[in-house]
Amino acid sequence: MSRKLLVALAILVVLAVTGFVAMRLLMTPPDGLDLARSKATEAGLYIVAVAAEDGEPRQGPLHAWIATVTDAAGAPVEDALIDIDGGMPQHGHGLPTAPQAGDHLGDGRYRIEGVRFNMGGWWELRLTVRAAAGQDAVTFNIVL
Amino acid sequence: MRLPAIIAVCALALLVQGCQREEFSQEERRQIGELRLSRLEPLPPDPGNRFADDPRAAALGEALFFDEGLSRSGDVACATCHLPDRQFQDDLPLAQGIGTTDRRTMPLAGIAHGAWFFWDGRADSLWAQALGPLENPVEHGATRTALARFVASRYRDDYEAVFGPLPDLSALPEAASPLGDAAERAAWEAMEEADREAANRVFSGIGKAMAAFERTIVHSETRFDRFAEAVVAGRRPEGDAAFSALEIEGLKLFLGKANCIDCHNGPRFTDDFFHNTGVPAVPGLPEDGGRMAAIGTVLADPFNCLGVYSDAAPDECAELRFMVRDSHEMERAFKTPSLRGAASRPPYMHSGQIATLEDVIDHYGQAPEAPAGHSELRGVIFTDRGRAALIAFLRTLDSE
Repeated sequence: MSRKLLVALAILVVLAVTGFVAMRLLMTPPDGLDLARSKATEAGLYIVAVAAEDGEPRQGPLHAWIATVTDAAGAPVEDALIDIDGGMPQHGHGLPTAPQAGDHLGDGRYRIEGVRFNMGGWWELRLTVRAAAGQDAVTFNIVL
Repeated sequence: MRLPAIIAVCALALLVQGCQREEFSQEERRQIGELRLSRLEPLPPDPGNRFADDPRAAALGEALFFDEGLSRSGDVACATCHLPDRQFQDDLPLAQGIGTTDRRTMPLAGIAHGAWFFWDGRADSLWAQALGPLENPVEHGATRTALARFVASRYRDDYEAVFGPLPDLSALPEAASPLGDAAERAAWEAMEEADREAANRVFSGIGKAMAAFERTIVHSETRFDRFAEAVVAGRRPEGDAAFSALEIEGLKLFLGKANCIDCHNGPRFTDDFFHNTGVPAVPGLPEDGGRMAAIGTVLADPFNCLGVYSDAAPDECAELRFMVRDSHEMERAFKTPSLRGAASRPPYMHSGQIATLEDVIDHYGQAPEAPAGHSELRGVIFTDRGRAALIAFLRTLDSE
């Protein structure tokens, strides 16, 4: 086999692999995305755990989440005001709804109503918590 | 042949063969499965319309849908633009009632699965939507009192069988409406509150009956659905369910590089949300803010889910309660239409701006800047074959 053909073949393989990898990168969330559903807030004031109320979230329906807020020592936070924001970082758009947190349900739990994910892919759900210890925020990654 | 050459040839062969052996990746198969008509959820209840699933209401609604007597001119019905043998749309860029509207007529199959109605979602229920055209001066052009009187004279028994006894309408003026011309608005203002309430009550009943009828208009299975059922079951699609190489290529583009699936997802091929895709403005039509302009309208609508004519408890009005109210992303955003049957119903977009599917695909390819707000499109390079493939795939979504 000639050297020319060999080089051409090698280039073809590199192109095919690069193209494939590029496609995957564009279509899928980044590797190593932190998918933890329980996290410390950014300044460490609280620990927040979130869970979709009816099992794993699906694309489409309006649904609710339960957020459980504790202080850094693990004691339930009972007087928190929670704002919800988010969106799709790879698309540059926000949430299709304006979810709201309801009153304290007990044991540091709050019901977040009105969440919808209208597309598949990587979503961020950002909770800003205001309570006696101060204001702090945490971002959860959700992949559908 | 030297070793590196052998490795290179083998790698290439593996890549090519890999593609041939498994037509679709696991993720593609999952996506194809989600698009099947059989995945469509049961019709969601409409808490604002307790007659939504009452067959007598649907029968009354069907009669009203086809009745030209509901229009000021006596020759416009819902079915004038929503033609039953044309997917309940009219093939025109802009709907023609008494006059010409600013928007394209939407098809109605499966429409009741959505949360927002009209291209901009300015109605939060199908029954509230049905009321809009009745009083629009370029559609039916009727007035609330004329409609109430008409129903009382032509449909009294059918109406009362569903909604109970009609209120006393004897004091209603012939033509009065809060949305009419100056004389009609003045006549509305001059009415007793109880008479306005009676007219509104009958008017809302007309919408509820029409919505009950529209809830019965459903999608039918397509070649795509038969193909997808086979793919999901791991069977080889047979007969007309088998896709050509071009159709498969189009489906793969749809799911992948072309990003169509982002918004055209689920069994109805729509995310039921609003997007600015940089669709050009129509010369001569007023500025169209799309969803942004509709938010105030739906909140102020006396016939919305939270209004007194709604049968819903406030906490059942989740869509309205959790509606995005102040996002710049909603500027000139319009509802994602279903793609079922779309290939056979040009022209396209909210005001029929784009005449052919070829041009639609070129629009998404070129991703022009939006006339207002910001387009979400990122642009895709389509080859002639890619464009043909996407169109071939979209045609598999037509029902026979």
